[in-house]
Amino acid sequence: MKSYDIVIVGGGPAGLAAAIAAKEAGNDSILILERDKELGGILNQCIHNGFGLHTFKEELTGPEYADRFKQKVFELGIDYKLGTMVMNIEGDRTVTAMNREDGMFTIPAKAVILAMGCRERSRGALNIPGYRPAGIFSAGTAQRLVNIEGYMPGKEVVILGSGDIGLIMARRMTLEGAKVKLVAELMPYSGGLKRNIVQCLDDYDIPLKLSHTVVDIEGKEHIEAVTIAEVGPDRKPIPGTEERYTCDTLLLSCGLIPENELSLSAGIEMNAVTGGPTVNESLETNIPGIFACGNVLHVHDLVDYVSEEAKRAGYNAAKYIESGCRAGNTSGNIEVVAESGARYTVPKTIDTGRMEDLLTVRFRVGDVYKDSFVSVYFDDERVMHNKKRIMSPGEMEQIVLKKDELVKRSGLKKIVVRIEGE
Amino acid sequence: MYDVIIIGAGVSGAAVAWQLSQYDIKTCVLEKCDDVCEGTSKANSAIIHAGYDAAEGSLMAKLNVRGNEMMDKLCEDLDIPFKRIGSLVVCIHKEELPGLKTLYDRGIKNGVKGLKILSKEEALSMEPNLSDDTEGALFAPSAGIVCPFELNMGMAEVAAVNGTEFKFNTEVKDIKKSDDGNWHISTNNGEYVTKLVVNAAGVYADVIHNMVSANKIHITERRGDYCLLDKQVGGYVNHIIFPQPTALGKGVLVAPTVHGNMIVGPTAIDTEDKEATNTKAEGINELIEKAGNHIKKLPMNKVITSFAGLRAHEDGHEFIIKEIEDAPGFIDCAGIESPGLTSSPAIGEMVCDIAKSLLPMKKKDEIITTRKAVRRTEGLSAEEMNALIKENPAYGNIICRCESITEGEIIDSIHRPLGAKSLDGVKRRTRAGMGRCQAGFCMPRTMEILSRELGIDYEDITKSGGKSNIVLERTKGEVR
Repeated sequence: MKSYDIVIVGGGPAGLAAAIAAKEAGNDSILILERDKELGGILNQCIHNGFGLHTFKEELTGPEYADRFKQKVFELGIDYKLGTMVMNIEGDRTVTAMNREDGMFTIPAKAVILAMGCRERSRGALNIPGYRPAGIFSAGTAQRLVNIEGYMPGKEVVILGSGDIGLIMARRMTLEGAKVKLVAELMPYSGGLKRNIVQCLDDYDIPLKLSHTVVDIEGKEHIEAVTIAEVGPDRKPIPGTEERYTCDTLLLSCGLIPENELSLSAGIEMNAVTGGPTVNESLETNIPGIFACGNVLHVHDLVDYVSEEAKRAGYNAAKYIESGCRAGNTSGNIEVVAESGARYTVPKTIDTGRMEDLLTVRFRVGDVYKDSFVSVYFDDERVMHNKKRIMSPGEMEQIVLKKDELVKRSGLKKIVVRIEGE
Repeated sequence: MYDVIIIGAGVSGAAVAWQLSQYDIKTCVLEKCDDVCEGTSKANSAIIHAGYDAAEGSLMAKLNVRGNEMMDKLCEDLDIPFKRIGSLVVCIHKEELPGLKTLYDRGIKNGVKGLKILSKEEALSMEPNLSDDTEGALFAPSAGIVCPFELNMGMAEVAAVNGTEFKFNTEVKDIKKSDDGNWHISTNNGEYVTKLVVNAAGVYADVIHNMVSANKIHITERRGDYCLLDKQVGGYVNHIIFPQPTALGKGVLVAPTVHGNMIVGPTAIDTEDKEATNTKAEGINELIEKAGNHIKKLPMNKVITSFAGLRAHEDGHEFIIKEIEDAPGFIDCAGIESPGLTSSPAIGEMVCDIAKSLLPMKKKDEIITTRKAVRRTEGLSAEEMNALIKENPAYGNIICRCESITEGEIIDSIHRPLGAKSLDGVKRRTRAGMGRCQAGFCMPRTMEILSRELGIDYEDITKSGGKSNIVLERTKGEVR
């Protein structure tokens, strides 16, 4: 097997953007490993529009958005292997992968970029009681069946969870002639984007019941009905609120989980909140030369942000190699802390010596906040206090830090992001 | 015309078929589901019990100990994952310590080898994640864990290659003895005539028995809810951990599985519904509460799936394995609840002996006694893997990412004796779809392989036979 400087695990939006950025930063030895039959990742089944508003200033479908990046990868002559599963990543950046043509092979890479994406939380992990019949799908699986394979799972649909894929599928199934009876959401707020609630539910008169969940599934062979109940503040069903809905399909859109089994085997430190690696300003993990971006790092709402983030990972990987694989200060000199309302930040640490002039710090909030402030503290001093009309857990937030302001403050140890009422 | 018809292709029916297939008789297995291992055999603790639980002198005790003894050779011959990891019955209340001695004494009388009562310190040194309240434990080194699907499928496949017929989707509606002394079995798939009948119908064994006998039996479906935990925490305990038993059973156990997951369960809830394999919130909550009594900080947030099985609990709480007095030629294999899985090979032996006493039969000259499971790629070295992929590139194509199952393994599971016809059939033979994403990614890809290999349309692919179709129809935009 040919050796490569940079091996990118995953050829979805993150992997493609990282590859392009690494190439444009001057590295000519890049390999993308993709497990599916083509590049583009989950975008290939996202045939709705709304992608690329930030990146290209136009509305593209998922396949169109992916295609822009794929064409660039082809133009730049970046190597890639399809149908190839990465089996293992060692802490020394040795990548073991497998496919039909090459068999099992190892590549001792100088840098690895993790771009494996995420998976959907399954019915099993949700502990929904009842039978286990056919007709229950995670929303993304149903999306693949409908949009790629061309088959309808059913005609009478209930959706549990209001994540973006579930919302998109509510509209998609409706357009394909199904009756979507209800979207039930356990939390008192939706996990999806506001625009998707408007465009996918409201526009089609599909009811969204917040603080509701599925408490029973009927049907021994094929699903026949579900029972929905309201939940209290403890998220436990309230007896007496049960309502039965007949259905032949139950879709689940109850959260996405970064797929970090490979990262764990490499010994990469994880952030318990995001389920992704803990990274520094270069999107580098605790292992020098292993970078992470996209949904494997933290689940994004917009692919434009994935592309932007992945670009930084690719650029930084190229620079790491250019510097002779000099292991920098991976744990940085400044800690970034999320507090009171802010659930996490990416990155978690900053080395001012390595940061670019502007650094985007992304985070999510843990609840719905109206007319509240995103505040940033340098140690104990508040340096940013931006009012936001609304913030919700389904939408990612960000702040931009300026290198010169951080450098000016010698001895700065901690940057705190807080959500404040006033 | 058959010599023997076995009703049910669960682990008992398969064990009987496995034993009888050595003889020069015509045997057929009737199964109402689409596959073997579709009832109690697929949803249980997957434990090979040591044999100290069952009452002294009972058939349960005898067949448990015998089945346990047979397990090593059987699992080697039939390529069934089996690990004799030992069990601990953990006592957490000082006043209940005498209970361990009772179990110990009973085990000795039942012929269980290697039993030992451990002090708190000994127990904790063997199993550091036991509760700090541990007062002592009964150690049974002969207990083990097995793949219940493979145990069932292995015996059935060997029977099939030795000539036993299997009729799936064939449900017994009535059984009558004709004047010529033969049994006539009516099914949804026509009538079958046979000299002997073996009733291995699991939770339906009472219904089948009561078709032919005036001495009625009654089976209560005792539901057990289970949770299966992610492989990340598969090593949380290294033995089968039981609480002390109660009147309702052996209690909620925590054990590793042969595939590296961890299983927690079962509950014991009596129902009067033979199809009520639905889990209940109370059941799952009870598991979370009870399993935590004996284990420190059980990681129940790592549940990847939950399920429920039904124990075929006969009122007498004893295996009924005999020719029925008022129905000569009809052999019951009823009330097979725990330790039924452990006892299964011994049940097969015993029923075979009864059949031999009723029907002249002699061993065939040539018998196939071994079988290979689906060729697994897990744990193969790079060299072994590459040799395999060179021979058949399908082994280089991973379909199930969570369990690293290749296309080659799935194809093998389809084209083998009694091969897989459904998604669950593939899952139980290969583990594809049994991992943490629960088939979220591999379902469409496995469907593609099933469709191609079996030459069936997507619309006809099922989760597990019957009406469990995965998709309904083509999307409206599709142009044929």
